[in-house]
Amino acid sequence: MLDVSLKTTLGAFRLEASFTAPAGITALFGPSGSGKTSVVRGIAGLLKCNHQQVTLNGRDLSRLPPNRRKLGYVFQDARLFPHMTVLRNLRFGGSTDEEQIIALLGLGPLLNRYPAALSGGEAQRVSLGRALMAGPELLLMDEPLSALDGVRKADVLPFLEALRDQANIPIIYVSHDMGEVARLAQHMVVMNEGRVVVEGPADAVLSDPAAVPFIGVRDAGAVLTGRVVGHADDGLTKIETDAGALWVPGAVGHAGGALRVRVPAQDIILSRSAPEGLSALNVLSVSITSLQAGHGPGVAVGLQAGGARLLARITKRSAQSMGLAVGDRIYAIVKTTAIAPGDIH
Amino acid sequence: MTEFLGPAEWTALGLSLKVAFWATLFSLPFGFAAAYALSRGRFWGRQALNIVVHLPLVMPPVVTGYLLLLGFGRTGPLGEAFEALFGLVFAFRWTGAALAAAIMGFPLMVRAIRLSLDAIDPGLEEAAQTLGAGRLAVLARVTLPLAMPGILAGAVLGFAKGMGEFGATITFVSNIPGQTQTLALQIDSLLEIPGGEPLALRLALVSIAIAAVALLVSEILAARSLRKRGA
Repeated sequence: MLDVSLKTTLGAFRLEASFTAPAGITALFGPSGSGKTSVVRGIAGLLKCNHQQVTLNGRDLSRLPPNRRKLGYVFQDARLFPHMTVLRNLRFGGSTDEEQIIALLGLGPLLNRYPAALSGGEAQRVSLGRALMAGPELLLMDEPLSALDGVRKADVLPFLEALRDQANIPIIYVSHDMGEVARLAQHMVVMNEGRVVVEGPADAVLSDPAAVPFIGVRDAGAVLTGRVVGHADDGLTKIETDAGALWVPGAVGHAGGALRVRVPAQDIILSRSAPEGLSALNVLSVSITSLQAGHGPGVAVGLQAGGARLLARITKRSAQSMGLAVGDRIYAIVKTTAIAPGDIH
Repeated sequence: MTEFLGPAEWTALGLSLKVAFWATLFSLPFGFAAAYALSRGRFWGRQALNIVVHLPLVMPPVVTGYLLLLGFGRTGPLGEAFEALFGLVFAFRWTGAALAAAIMGFPLMVRAIRLSLDAIDPGLEEAAQTLGAGRLAVLARVTLPLAMPGILAGAVLGFAKGMGEFGATITFVSNIPGQTQTLALQIDSLLEIPGGEPLALRLALVSIAIAAVALLVSEILAARSLRKRGA
């Protein structure tokens, strides 16, 4: 458990952020310039703050220099020491679980190389291994994947998932990529202009209409967890979620396996009556929990679907003409092909 | 011509090497400290330090020599202190020549080291800190090795300057054969006496050769440390 409270000014920028991060991955999400990196640097002790209170599992880190905080920091640029081989880089902070970490990250073939001879993805994997081998009690990751292309990202993501599920330490994961966040995060802290605007379990934050303005209309959308029922011959997969059955494209997962599906808010259509003669496969019976009008033409609609929450974004005009109100029972329609393969994990 | 150099010339050459060696060795830690303070430090008086370090480069060497005489002469306050504390006398000794050489070479050394320190990404030092390295460990394991090409270059420049120092040396410790008469001073003496010119020319060739070899060595060392990084 990590408790953070930071206050400082950097030129004209004011940072005033407090939040709590349990064990597991907490995503620090927000637009660039919102202060995410400053928060992480503050936690690490690399940023001098006017006021800082950082407590890790009851241990007060606030007055300790960075080297005594027992944390791992994976920087956006890997920051490997150019005068050391990969192996010496890895061992710089210690050699906790050396063999497992080298094997898990596939670093074996790289050990005798110098950083200048590594690709971006390799360097980032070494950087992650180096942080882990120091045996940290807290892991800070500042957009560790942003320098990688899609293929390399896909290489590293499974390892981060394994890390999340195995390591019993808080991991602060800075990102502005909703795909990564939806896939990895259990907890979410959304920042805007130096402040924490929304904080909570990822599922709750992602389905909260009030968070939409800060997450962005394109990235907003709830994440449903479910189990694979089976694969159909026509290339679709049926998933039983708390919100109801959902058909998603492609043969994903295996029967009985757990999956997470991100349903983008702007890909949900709302209907007063049960639709007939419609091409969309997924029709869920829902009730409206909240309506949140934005500054633009849109309205974010919070929905309760069975035991799960969904988030839809429609126009103000539609909301008005349909006369939507909190408590109404309506239907949410999710077009199967609107769910991108990258949103199913 | 039976011998390339006479015994007096060999003595001067040996003395020059000794003076330059000790001057370099003793000024290197101070040179690194000054360069580190100038590159990394954000303290009051940093500009003043910068000026003091560079003064010997721009002041007339005779002024530097005169100041050394005032400070480190037998009756100078620092001269007395060093004699009382360490039994070390500078006035009219080879040690004084080494001190003069160190002071004159200092700005060159600091500049070279500072350039290499400025080129180090501070992010690497931060990364080392987050991996548990304290200030000294960061210095020893990251900063020093990465600055090594600049340190070597600075040492070579300081050494070469020490080999050839003239003005401050002759002002401070005079021109005493076997004690303070270095290569440069002897070349000067030879030019003063009739028929000394051929010998002076040979000494000049020797000093050019030493300077060239020193530069070559530093280039090779720097290139090697870069190649190791695969850069």
